[in-house]
Amino acid sequence: MTKTILSVDDSKSIRDMIGFTLEPRGFTVIGAADGVEGLAKLGSQPVNLVVCDLNMPNMNGIEMVRKMRADRRFDGIPIVMLTTEAQKEKMMEAKQAGATGWLVKPFDEAKLVAVVNKLLG
Amino acid sequence: MSGNSIRDTFFEECEELLEALVEGLSQMEESPGDTEVVNAVFRAVHSIKGGAGAFGLDELVNFAHTFETVMDKVRGNEIVVTGDLMALFHRSGDHLSDLVVAARDETVANQETEAGLIKELEGHLGPDHAEEEFSFDALTLDFDADSSAAIVIDDLEGSQAQDHEAERRFGIAFTPTRALYENGHEPLLLFDALAELGTLSVEMNMAQLPDFDAFDPAEPCISWTLDLLTQETETTLHEVFEFVEGLCVIDISVTEVPAHTQVEPADGELAPPAFDPPEETPMPDATSADSVPDPAQAEETASPGTGPAASVAGKEPRGPKATLRVDLDRVDRLINTVGELIINQAMISQRIEELDLPTVAHLTNELEAYKLLARDIQEGVMAIRAQPVKPLFQRMSRIVREASDATGKKARLVTVGDSTEVDKTVIERLADPLTHMVRNAVDHGLEKSEIRAAAGKDRMGTIRLSAAHRSGSVFIEIADDGAGLNRERILEKAIEKNLVPADAELSEPEIDNLLFLPGFSTAGTVSSLSGRGVGMDVVKNAVQALGGRVSIASQPGKGTTFTIILPLTLAVMDGFVISVSDQTMVIPISSILETIRPKPKDIHVIGTDSHVVSVRGSYVPIVDVAENLGLGKIRSDKEVGILLLVSTETQGLTALRVSAIHDQRQVVIKSLESNYAAIPGVSAATILGDGKIALILDPEELIKLAQPSASDQIAQHARMELRHA
Repeated sequence: MTKTILSVDDSKSIRDMIGFTLEPRGFTVIGAADGVEGLAKLGSQPVNLVVCDLNMPNMNGIEMVRKMRADRRFDGIPIVMLTTEAQKEKMMEAKQAGATGWLVKPFDEAKLVAVVNKLLG
Repeated sequence: MSGNSIRDTFFEECEELLEALVEGLSQMEESPGDTEVVNAVFRAVHSIKGGAGAFGLDELVNFAHTFETVMDKVRGNEIVVTGDLMALFHRSGDHLSDLVVAARDETVANQETEAGLIKELEGHLGPDHAEEEFSFDALTLDFDADSSAAIVIDDLEGSQAQDHEAERRFGIAFTPTRALYENGHEPLLLFDALAELGTLSVEMNMAQLPDFDAFDPAEPCISWTLDLLTQETETTLHEVFEFVEGLCVIDISVTEVPAHTQVEPADGELAPPAFDPPEETPMPDATSADSVPDPAQAEETASPGTGPAASVAGKEPRGPKATLRVDLDRVDRLINTVGELIINQAMISQRIEELDLPTVAHLTNELEAYKLLARDIQEGVMAIRAQPVKPLFQRMSRIVREASDATGKKARLVTVGDSTEVDKTVIERLADPLTHMVRNAVDHGLEKSEIRAAAGKDRMGTIRLSAAHRSGSVFIEIADDGAGLNRERILEKAIEKNLVPADAELSEPEIDNLLFLPGFSTAGTVSSLSGRGVGMDVVKNAVQALGGRVSIASQPGKGTTFTIILPLTLAVMDGFVISVSDQTMVIPISSILETIRPKPKDIHVIGTDSHVVSVRGSYVPIVDVAENLGLGKIRSDKEVGILLLVSTETQGLTALRVSAIHDQRQVVIKSLESNYAAIPGVSAATILGDGKIALILDPEELIKLAQPSASDQIAQHARMELRHA
């Protein structure tokens, strides 16, 4: 069964980029523009991995991670935070909220693929 | 989906983000201290950087990063925003916009500007900047596939002595909690990461495994003991576990230290094992990190949720309204179809009228309702193309800034009514004329600060840009509070350039309008700003191409105001249905000042073939529409016809003679140029209710046709002689 990756990012180009990179490698990529939409997508179909931006309108990445981790249905789904954020405290905050990993933008294809492969075994 | 279309999406996004940035910056000035505004600015820069990184646009990333870092300090209240800093932010925003354009067009932005800006921005970061940068890089490595290699390189560079460093043996006890699994972590991945650091052996401990009956699949019951032989420091090991800290019990201890490592105790990088007292076995909670004496680690546990940046990010600003991005072609197709619907509705109405049915009142009501609905649909569809002038106005703040820098005149831009919506095409085509006019307003309109001060004015000049809907048109005003037009100088110049006869006596508005003549330029010297080969005539042509007009009003000492009046939409217009000879035509209502049914005695013949009409004491030249379109002549003696008084910018008041006016209605504009060819004096065509095609006249062009440039001055002379007769 193909694995589904949910890309949550307010930037369509980033979502497209992730789809463009991962879909040829056999993953299904679905997108959401913010945390609210992300949670809705999570609730409506099985997702194996979430790649989530930090800075988003409506509901930011950390908030979304918190909400995800508070919901038993989403237990065990790895969340990779994707951001250009340079501060350590942001990363720690995301971790505290329950993020699984961290990928710093700008990322190249190889990095993204490696992280996804690693987390989805 | 191709890489290129993603790229296009990125640049579209950039435009929106840059708009948000400019808006945010001006809001920062209006309401300093509003963290949400600062956050919005930060996010705009940040998102540009993020996207740019994904496309390998390094120049853009570099600059955005510096900009973002300073914004972040502002966000964290570490930097106080001063007027100077705001100006720097504005300039940085401008440069960021240049970089985006450069990246899109694959050119290079001004590197001198960039170097200067980066230096200035970094000046606000303080001396610890470089260090921060480093720790940021090191941190990102953990989740990077090639992290171990990078770390090794870093360490080697840090101290060459480690080259010959012998390995140390670490014992690691690792007991995951339930939360570790719930957060999507996988112990195997951690072990893989450790294995990359050296030689790892893993031992699984199943002592806690309960009886089958008591087994809870969600409850972890396996722990591991690991043995790692590595050159790495303990800090590096902790970094591997960084993201699972608090989610597991972890104990790292050095079990075997080669004797000669003790020789180099001075190297802080080595993190002496003595700092990690084994008796302080961490508890299975979030405090476990406390047992790690590394200062960086201690800091990170202290900061979550407490930093100013974090508290800001916790509550995101109200999101933008939900929008839908649609291909413009689709909208235009819809607009065309609705145009057909309007025509169809008019046809049905006319056909039913022709049937002459005996008082079918209901049908009339339904028809009326149909008409209203069609109008509603049309308005709704037009609204899709309508966009606020805000982004356009925002761009002008940069123009004012640049013009102000170049001329040394202090100027501020005030915008009014920037939520006014105008057709997208109008906005696009207005950008250049507006830029030119705003630039002119600073360059020519405003006086130098000293002169202003001497005149008792604010040293800083104001350019006021306003937009409003008024009686079915859009009014855009560009006003300066400068010295006003120097009419003497304008006239002098016009005479010098042979644009008007030396003895011409012109009224004030006529002098003002000389500015719009081709080849006119008031600047004594060609300044770097205004002297770019385009004059106000280009502005006027651009506005006229949009079916609008420009006018000037000026008061000595108080300033000059240019007003651009534009139709609300380019797709439909209100027009008079007229007949010219036996042809049905349409003339835009917006250009008609009044209609006159003249008495034969009001019409006078001048010279051999020119006619004028006296309107309230002044003489207005008559232009026969039929004659100018080659449809024969309406003989003035018997058939006086109807005169439509139009005001044109170049020729002043003129009366157009037509045979009759039939109706006033909204017509759908169909381009003649794209379907047939451009005809002088005719701007477009439309389809009338009876299905017939009617030409839409362009009064300005028509009058120009009637007065070829050679006879221009004669006509003007004649007009003036009459006026003074």
